[in-house]
Amino acid sequence: MSDKGKIIGGLVVFLVLVTFPLWNSVVAGGEVAMPELEYPTGEIQCIEDTEFMRANHMDILNQWRNELVREGLTEYTSTSGQQYTMSLTGTCMDCHDNRDTFCTTCHDYSNVNPKCWDCHVEPRGN
Amino acid sequence: MDESRRSFLEKAGKTALGLGWGLPLLNTACSEAGEHEHHIPLRSDNQWAMVIDVEKCQSEEIRRACIDSCNVAHNVPNIPDEGDDIAWIWEEEYKHVFPEQVHDHTPASVGDMPIMVLCNHCTNPPCVRVCPTQATWKRETDGIVMMDMHRCIGCRYCMAACPYGSRSFNWRDPRPFIETDADGNLPTDYPSRTKGVVEKCNFCAERVRVGELPACVEAANAVEGGEGALTFGDLTDPNSEVSQLLHDNHTISRRVGLGTGPNVYYII
Repeated sequence: MSDKGKIIGGLVVFLVLVTFPLWNSVVAGGEVAMPELEYPTGEIQCIEDTEFMRANHMDILNQWRNELVREGLTEYTSTSGQQYTMSLTGTCMDCHDNRDTFCTTCHDYSNVNPKCWDCHVEPRGN
Repeated sequence: MDESRRSFLEKAGKTALGLGWGLPLLNTACSEAGEHEHHIPLRSDNQWAMVIDVEKCQSEEIRRACIDSCNVAHNVPNIPDEGDDIAWIWEEEYKHVFPEQVHDHTPASVGDMPIMVLCNHCTNPPCVRVCPTQATWKRETDGIVMMDMHRCIGCRYCMAACPYGSRSFNWRDPRPFIETDADGNLPTDYPSRTKGVVEKCNFCAERVRVGELPACVEAANAVEGGEGALTFGDLTDPNSEVSQLLHDNHTISRRVGLGTGPNVYYII
């Protein structure tokens, strides 16, 4: 029983270390600011609602890739019934023409690193 | 209960034995029967094809125009190291393109003739059979042997399977080797590739989709005397230009004996 102090001390150190991510943000203080996006000026409506696009743009892109490349389809019909050509550089980038002020801002905030630009050509606006 | 303990145990034992032997056998039989229904469909409804006029393609200018237009249209890099270079359409000597057509007495003027070569978009493509991720497949709608760079894992089985050497592997990042304009822009918006994927001619699927001819065909037609050096069309349509050319001329295609069914034909 003489090791009681060491054991409890060790446990306390362990708990402090394990919960580091939880208390660190409190101690360091302040919330991280939400990313400020630069929206296109010409067009006011994206192919779907902003909320939907924010959550599901990656799924839409995957769906477009599969339908266009693998099935040879070219047109996407949105929920509102409007037709769009399925193209990342042609349709998406036609409005969102700056990758740094749109894509990257959010991706940096959420710490994701999509590899789109290893191959796909950046819009000339960048 | 008139069943005795002894007879019950005997029946239970026999049943267990029966299931132990019978189920695996039944399973194998069923899966074998099912496999025949689930093979990958390799044949397509329509089939794009190309007819190359070898004589017209003896012009250096025409060949250059074809190759350059393809490189520009698809952001194909120009890597000086020959082992690492990428090619979609290029020229090769007759004796290497048609090895079964030359013999000891074939004159050098024939054996050394330059011939345009590209992916044959085979009817029965061996590259498609071996691809473990279906990154390359034969598109049922138009017969183009496609590549999905998102899926390619760079195993190079397809390169080993292709008897025509039509595929190139990206040993390094191709971007620095693509010629850019003064502002640093790539020649076109066609996605470049990345290190570690295999690429090849796609019969200009992105141009054909919007009703244009492949870049090489268009470029050849634009050169004086190059009209009809390369002809592109639907092989399943008996009235198409390619079908007519195949009907009216003596044509050969590469290594027919292998059974791959190449869809690039040569008017000799």
